[in-house]
Amino acid sequence: MRTVIFRSIAPYLTSLMVLFSIFVLLRGHNEPGGGFIGGLIAASALAIYGIACGVAPVRRAIYFHPMAIAAFGLFMSGMAGVLSVFASVPYMSGLWIYPHLFGVEIPLSSVLVFDVGVYLVVVGAISSIALALEERDRD
Amino acid sequence: MAGKSEALQDLSVAYVMQPVAAADWLIIAPVIWCILVGALLLMLRKRTDLQPLIAIPALALLVLMTLGLLVHVFQSGTLSMTMGRWLPPFGISFTVDLLGAFFAATSALVALGAGIYGRSDVDDTGRRYGFYPFLMLIMAGILGAFLTGDIFNLYVWFEVLLISSFGLLVLGSERKQLDGAVKYAFLNLIATTLFLVATGYLYGLFGTLNMADIAIRASELRGTAPLMTLVTLFLLAFAMKAAAFPVNFWLPASYHTPRLVVSALFAGLLTKVGIYALLRILGMLFPFEREELSFLIAIAAALTMILGVMGALAQNDIRRSLGFLVISGIGVMMAGLALGSPAGLSGAILYAAHSMVVMTALYFAAGVAARLGGSFELTSAGGLYAKNAAIAAMTLMLFLSVAGLPPFSGFWPKIMLVKASLDIGAWWLAGSILVTGLLTTITVGRIWALAYWRPAVHEDQGAAALGPLPAGATIALAGLVAITVAAGVWPEPVMALAQDAARGLLDPSAYVLSVFPVEASQ
Repeated sequence: MRTVIFRSIAPYLTSLMVLFSIFVLLRGHNEPGGGFIGGLIAASALAIYGIACGVAPVRRAIYFHPMAIAAFGLFMSGMAGVLSVFASVPYMSGLWIYPHLFGVEIPLSSVLVFDVGVYLVVVGAISSIALALEERDRD
Repeated sequence: MAGKSEALQDLSVAYVMQPVAAADWLIIAPVIWCILVGALLLMLRKRTDLQPLIAIPALALLVLMTLGLLVHVFQSGTLSMTMGRWLPPFGISFTVDLLGAFFAATSALVALGAGIYGRSDVDDTGRRYGFYPFLMLIMAGILGAFLTGDIFNLYVWFEVLLISSFGLLVLGSERKQLDGAVKYAFLNLIATTLFLVATGYLYGLFGTLNMADIAIRASELRGTAPLMTLVTLFLLAFAMKAAAFPVNFWLPASYHTPRLVVSALFAGLLTKVGIYALLRILGMLFPFEREELSFLIAIAAALTMILGVMGALAQNDIRRSLGFLVISGIGVMMAGLALGSPAGLSGAILYAAHSMVVMTALYFAAGVAARLGGSFELTSAGGLYAKNAAIAAMTLMLFLSVAGLPPFSGFWPKIMLVKASLDIGAWWLAGSILVTGLLTTITVGRIWALAYWRPAVHEDQGAAALGPLPAGATIALAGLVAITVAAGVWPEPVMALAQDAARGLLDPSAYVLSVFPVEASQ
């Protein structure tokens, strides 16, 4: 699989896919998409990069161990629900704030925090498996 | 038209929610806490020195939380919280009655013991493979199962604990462990799939998965819907989880392979989650169907306890023997479920709590014995009493407790169950409980005589080979022994608790009221 064409395309493809995965994650609240599907796209982006350029560059690029990323996502999702303590509503209630940034209203919510957590869990878990399998391949 | 607008007004009243009191957060806090700490420990996977330092205080706090929850439920009755400001039955409810809170508190105590024992039992490799994160996550699954009020959510927690248990089983990835894990995983996945099938069927019949809602509707649907089929499916799925005869073969095949502390945790907690689900679904939601099936359950119970203890008697490996004793205990709990009377159910509840503590402690004792004597094999172990009389004395207490002899915690639930069986004239069920007690006494007596009382078989083996006994192991063992002695000598509080919990199962109106306060008040 390490042809010149694939190796030259893969970095661009990967960056595009990661960008697209974030887009899918953010539009997910009101339209089709969300953390799970976004995370899958990002994980496939990392897998493609791994197939093209080897696993070591991927591990260097994401800096943290994939499992640690997944764990941080789980932590974030759990904490997103804990925010409801401060509003005296049941666990996992959606809480919204509407800050105005440069004259644009940006709706932010605890649901988004939860979804970003899901995104990280999926990216971490799937890419952890994918990278491990790709490493085995070469042995 | 007027009537319609009135109905709308009523609905809008229902949408006004009372603010959640701080104390009610105890309902969900144990589960969140386990998940958050588990995630944190997973991030610190490489810091094997830090992990027990975080996990053990976290587990101690978990014990405090669950004890606080138990006290809170005891004082203010069944509590409920529906996630995400949805209304039940559409939102997922966590509903905690005395049964759930009692089991949660007991299992948290056992987990704390496992955390402390694991400090010495699980080496750096095991920690790097994630012993402590898995311990926290399996506790999230177990506590979630005890505290949830929604059947599909119960299934999800079963999955959480199952996946964590796979991880714990293969810590270190040795060949023997993988062999045990494959059998365990395969058979448990079948049981879980059956549970899922039954849940889908239930949803098709009822259109709801909320347990309180099902409890309300079961009596309406009883005439028309095939509830017997449904309940039989649930019985099979959970009996498999609980390792009742004839679907118990996965347990002896896998429980002796993992690290000792993992076996201890599984023996104490996992099968009891199956028993809890049986008590909740058959005991509370479908009491009429349970009554119909009671003869079948009673036969399975009698066979489970007798065949379990006979299996234990035949083993040479102490861990295998204890695995069969776990099964035998499941039979005693199933007998309580089969009886279904207040005394029977409270006996089953109390026996389950006793078994959580004592089975875990017995595995700890086996681990300590192997460290002192160098072997799990009865043929080569010996002279443990001469080596360490205090450990031997604690182990003897556990042996007497598991055999159901006074003054230890195994005695009282057995008395309750025997009396409850004799009350309805089921002399054979009472007889098999008593015979099981006798055979258990012989089994543990044999282990005691060979491994502890007999002089050492080989002079060269012993403590020197494995180093001194770690303090953590002794503390964990002594703590659990203290609990079983305390519950045996002063049984009134726990007995009262179990009886209240059984009453709550038999009359779920308080459970329903906590989930649907508006409808119930109309």
